[in-house]
Amino acid sequence: MNGMSPIIQTVARFAKVFILLFGIYLTFTGHLSPGGGFAGGVVIACLYILLTLAYGKKSAFKYFPRKAASGLDSVGALIFLLVACLGLGFGGVFFANFLERNYPGASFSLLSAGTIPVNNIAICIKVASSLFLVFIIMAAARVIEKKDGTRDFKQDEEE
Amino acid sequence: MIQLLPLFIAIPLGGAFIITLTSRKRKRLADVLGVCAMLPLPVMALLTVGKQGVYNMGSFLPPIGINLVLDGFSVLLLVIVNVIGFLAVLYSISYMEQYTAKYKYYALFLLMVGGMNGVVLTGDMFNLFVFLEVASIASYALVAFGCEQEELEASFKYLVLGSIGSTLILLGIALLYGLTGNLNMAAIAAVTANMDKTWLFSFASVLFLAGFGIKAALVPFHPWLPDAHPSAPAPISAMLSGVLIKALGIYAVTRVVFNVLGATPQFGMIVMIMGALSMTVGVFLAVGQWDFKRLLAYHSISQMGYVVLGIGLGMFIIATNGPLVVAGTALLGGIFHLANHAVFKSLLFLCSGSVEYETGTRQLKELGGLQEKMPLTRATCTIASLSIAGVPPFNGFWSKLIIVIATVQAAYLYPGILILTAVTILVSFVTLVSFLKVLRYVFLGDLPAVLKSIKESPAFMGISLVALSVLCVCMGLLLIPGARSIFLDPAVDVLKQGLTYGKQILAGL
Amino acid sequence: MILPLCFALFVVGLYCVLTKRNVIKIVIGLTIMEYSVNLFLVLLGYKKQVIMSQVQAPIIEKITNLDDFFMKAVDPLPQALVLTSIVIGLGVTALAIAICIRLYQRYGTFDISEMRRLKG
Repeated sequence: MNGMSPIIQTVARFAKVFILLFGIYLTFTGHLSPGGGFAGGVVIACLYILLTLAYGKKSAFKYFPRKAASGLDSVGALIFLLVACLGLGFGGVFFANFLERNYPGASFSLLSAGTIPVNNIAICIKVASSLFLVFIIMAAARVIEKKDGTRDFKQDEEE
Repeated sequence: MIQLLPLFIAIPLGGAFIITLTSRKRKRLADVLGVCAMLPLPVMALLTVGKQGVYNMGSFLPPIGINLVLDGFSVLLLVIVNVIGFLAVLYSISYMEQYTAKYKYYALFLLMVGGMNGVVLTGDMFNLFVFLEVASIASYALVAFGCEQEELEASFKYLVLGSIGSTLILLGIALLYGLTGNLNMAAIAAVTANMDKTWLFSFASVLFLAGFGIKAALVPFHPWLPDAHPSAPAPISAMLSGVLIKALGIYAVTRVVFNVLGATPQFGMIVMIMGALSMTVGVFLAVGQWDFKRLLAYHSISQMGYVVLGIGLGMFIIATNGPLVVAGTALLGGIFHLANHAVFKSLLFLCSGSVEYETGTRQLKELGGLQEKMPLTRATCTIASLSIAGVPPFNGFWSKLIIVIATVQAAYLYPGILILTAVTILVSFVTLVSFLKVLRYVFLGDLPAVLKSIKESPAFMGISLVALSVLCVCMGLLLIPGARSIFLDPAVDVLKQGLTYGKQILAGL
Repeated sequence: MILPLCFALFVVGLYCVLTKRNVIKIVIGLTIMEYSVNLFLVLLGYKKQVIMSQVQAPIIEKITNLDDFFMKAVDPLPQALVLTSIVIGLGVTALAIAICIRLYQRYGTFDISEMRRLKG
């Protein structure tokens, strides 16, 4: 895909900082108001999809390469599992909220509720990279017609 | 030991993501990590035998928190899932060399095993649904692993039908939450025991039966199974047919109906009729097949009918306040046949994979005379065929005998059940006929000219075949009264206690 | 009144899965079915015995009267369940569309009555 008209490119260039900030805001205040890891991750994935549609594949891969997306996917899930196992180690029970017991914060402030913000961040990373990877694998491939008449897919990201 | 319960779910999930992160280019590392992630699981499962307990995640007490419950029935399923999963991973070290992207296979396999462990261990209804979906989605992707024409078509059919089943289960859970107000299985059982059951409650029960029936491939809901199980790679066929339809289908519906909803006579009658229909439809469609794995898939439907018949008979007798001894015999037959079928059906699918790995074909008419080239495969396949047909002293004979005895005992109360006895024995004969056909066409006869240069299967595949056939021979010994009170009697007792079992869990077991 | 309408939406999705021949339309029918169950689950949390203008969201801002708040606030548990269920539906839809793309590559068509190689 090649990108779109200069109007869309200009608006995307102005809006991308605000969209990223909004996604991070939704993730960080997930334990206080509606939102959380899933919603924040979806917003950040939509940001990169907007950049891919507006500027074309190659510029979007400069921001978020495919290998990085695949690696961040697994890292997000492993951070979540690590926090759960640390609960087993420090708190005695799997998934125990060990940060809340040792360092309780004031009610309704940003640093309260122990391990829940950490889990939200891990889920945000995983959902954002997964959705971006799903979009880019399905949409950044072209059907080419080979010489014997059969159709085939070619993923041409190194072009 | 109760402290190690969450590791059954955490180790496969962690292994799956570590494999995705590190072994994209290095194939040997994927093999090593896959086996290392699966190795502690059967060891831990065998250590849980004879114990029971409740583990509260995050130290939140029920009914607010999610808890993991270990009792007799969970122990049996846990041992089956993890032992057969480990042997399938050993088998697939050699078998999956013919496919590319082997690390993705190990990651999806570990996700499927983690999901199944979660379904067996959990004590919360919505958590059951989440782990059911994790295992199901991993199996949809694994059925389509080869990306040929037929595999994709089979996977699409499986996906659509499986998703409809999951949606029906979620609708049932939503209705149950609306009627009772909490999601923990023990808490719902405490409410259901004294609730007057409106038509909404019966509607939720029927939704559960339909949804779990689609996952277990009982007869009105079976059309995905004869397409999905042959198209998957052989170790995945063994896992799907040997473990997945039991853990996601039969275990879940038994747990929900006996311990959460409460058994009623109409339910028991419907389940028995579905079992009898599955037995006959499965075996008569299986006799005429000429594709090795498609024949085995139809026999899976038939043997699941045996299990469901035993469990349904037990449900019917408990619900009509009949003699508990007869109900115990029926449930013992059904659950023992579940364990036996897991062992000999996975052995049959692994043998067919071994034949396909060497000769490249699954059609019975193109094979023949393999007994001189592949003696180990022939010996293990003969043991498995005699087990499934119910020939003494292999393990299939004992469980089918107990089911027949249970139907004859129940016929003293309701003489119409004698029809089921006749159907059971007839289906057993037809099973023997079709497996004699398989043995004759695959192993006896003349070797075709194109197959003159084949060898025996590689070492890893042979180890799994030998281990499963040893289990086939020895599992009849589980009925000796000393061994029976370790494995099988606790499972039957959990089901016989029915709704009062929930009170024990809330009190902490 | 609105809860039986969710069942009607479920039946609409089931009709779409049963009668359409394009593979993509079958996947759309599957997602309609899943969304109808999610809608049903969210609507279960509503407190019917409170007057409609006084029902509030389960977010504590200025704690004045806690018992009054608990009586008027919507049940938050179905909202958490639906969040998980939406993500599960997303995963199934992504896998289904990936299989449809590969089906088009192998069979050359999206019509499901042409894909009948497995019979008997």
